[in-house]
Formats: sequence, C-alpha cells, structure tokens
Amino acid sequence: MSLFSFTRKKQPKSAQTAKDRLQILLAHERSSSGAAEADYLPMLQRDIVAAIRKYVPIGDTDVDVRMERGDQMSSLEINIDLPRIGKSKDS
Amino acid sequence: MTTEPKKNPPLGRVIVITSGKGGVGKTTSSAAISAGLAKQGFKTVVIDFDVGLRNLDMTMGCERRVVFDFINVIQGDAKLKQALIKDKRVDTLFILPTSQTRDKDALTKEGVDKVLTELRAEFDYIICDSPAGIEHGAQMAMYFADEAVVVTNPEVSSVRDSDRVLGLLSSQTKRAETEGSDPIKAQVLITRYDETRVENGEMMTVEDVLEILAVPLLGVVPESKAILKASNVGTPVVLDGPSAAAQAYEDAVSRLTGKEVEMRIQGERRAGLFKRLFGRAS
Repeated sequence: MSLFSFTRKKQPKSAQTAKDRLQILLAHERSSSGAAEADYLPMLQRDIVAAIRKYVPIGDTDVDVRMERGDQMSSLEINIDLPRIGKSKDS
Repeated sequence: MTTEPKKNPPLGRVIVITSGKGGVGKTTSSAAISAGLAKQGFKTVVIDFDVGLRNLDMTMGCERRVVFDFINVIQGDAKLKQALIKDKRVDTLFILPTSQTRDKDALTKEGVDKVLTELRAEFDYIICDSPAGIEHGAQMAMYFADEAVVVTNPEVSSVRDSDRVLGLLSSQTKRAETEGSDPIKAQVLITRYDETRVENGEMMTVEDVLEILAVPLLGVVPESKAILKASNVGTPVVLDGPSAAAQAYEDAVSRLTGKEVEMRIQGERRAGLFKRLFGRAS
C-alpha cells in the first residue's frame, strides 16, 4: 500500500483542487459582502478618479482596478496612468 | 498595457457557442475553443452570456480575479478594458465574465451591440458562451453572431434542441433579419461521443446526427476523463496536457480558422489490445 501511495502522491488530485476552489469561491459569494461587491467596486473606482482629478487631469479609463481573491486575504491592485508632465496647454 | 492593434486589422469574427439543452458542454467548449484559437496566435476573447449563473470564470480558472463584468460595461459602470481579464497562460486570451448578481434583462440588445462592436475592432475572435435555453440570454448571445457552433450530444433531446436552435439561428438573428447579408455559418460540434457504445449500437453515430440536423460538422469530441479533470483545476482542456478531447478541440479550432483537417474520431477507450487487457483506462 505504501508503495502505491508513494506513486500516487506525485501530484495533487484534481478533485481536491476542485473542492478547494469551490470552498473559497462560495465562502466569498455567500457572505454579505459578496453580493454588495458588484456595486461597491464601480463606485470605488469613480471616487478614485474624482479624487485624483482634483490634482491631475486624468481620463475615465486611466484608472485600472484589479482584484485577486485568496482564502486568507484578497488584494486590490489599482494602477493609475498619469499624463506626462509639462504639456498642459493644448489637447 | 498598450494593446495597439497589430499590423493586420483584427478579424473581428463573432462566434456563438450554443445548444438549447443544458449540460452538453457549451462552457467547456467555449473555454477549449477560445484557448485553442489564442494558442494559435489569434487574439481571442470569450464572453459569458449566462447572467446570474456565472461559470465560465471557474472553467477558465480566473474566478478570483473578477472585478468588473459584462453587465457593468453595458450599464456604463466600467470601461470594457477594465472588465477584460487577461489569461495568465496564453497572452492573446481574454475573458469577459458575466454578473453573478444581476438578472438577464440587464442584457440589452443595444448594450451587447456596443460591447461587441468595440471588441470586433480589437480581437480576431469573439466567442460568446450562450446560456442554456432559448430565451433572452441565449437570444442575445446569438443575435450578432457571424458563426455558430451548436454543441450536441448524440442523444435524442440534445439533437432535438439543437435542431430548434438551428431554426432560431436562421430566423431570429441580425444576419437573418438583414437583407442581403450572408446567413450565420452554423456547424455542429458533437461532444461526449463514445465510440464503443456507437459500435455496440447503443449510441447514434456521427452520420445519424448529421443526417438529422443537416449542417456541416465542426468536430467530434470523445467522452473523456480529461474534461472533468481540466474543469476541476480551472484549465481549458487544450491547455491541460495531451488528451483525445484536447486533440479533438484543437482540430475543431483549426477547422474554424479555415484549415482543412481530416476528421478523426479517437476515443480514449480505443487503446491497444495490450493496454486493454493489462493496463488501466486512463
């Protein structure tokens, strides 16, 4: 038996991967924040654009929000394309 | 990210993956076909039209990275490029997930048209993963298509529903309603084909299905353990190592792009005699 379990161990079984992925996703979707998220991210993005516009002229598409959800923590990545400094007259 | 259009203008072909019946492999096929096209170097986006029952994201393995979705874009809450998720395995592949919280009425014809028009200008292939059924969501997925892949199992209710969908494709779509435009090019993709059962007379043959539906054949995907394994780990089957199913999808993809590929049906169970006697089916 130990011989077989040794050969079998090489890579994790895909069924376990499936279960893990579902547990992470469903824990997130069942929570109250899961449903609300669809609404808060666009608003967050609008607020970020508005805040930056107070100081720098940027377009609606110059802010890029990315998210990566994990089981322990999630990360939010926000990239802002700033216009080149020094050309403000035309355009 | 500067995605300037390459030297050649993008093809901008919209292909709907549809079936009528649920559970026949639309999303699996959408994932495999879009990944296959991207692997061949075509800039490809796959869109989930199943509003409220998002699943393409899991099949593609990007469920943790969804921020904005198709509905956010239609309603103006996000720009298209913000909602597109870039695949981490193939850099010409993008996913546009749908909303898990809205309902399908959020898919307006004008909204879908606007998004598809924008995508046509940037992508070679736009793959629309249709929901099951023939109602609003499915109609929106097929309405603007140039081509259709009708996923069919060799089984009575699936073939019947495919026939119904073929009828809708030739009547309820933009190409059908626009005078002078070519009809949608519809092809059937037979999935879950089990050659052993066909040989035993327990399953309709490819010829049987084609005779009934009377449309060209895009490919035959054998029943394969590789499909569930790929779905478990969130990888399109064509990116998950060699298998009979992956080969069948690769061939189908080549045919979609206009290449002539000989139709070969290779089941997983067609192992050699030795393997059949002594080996384990894998």
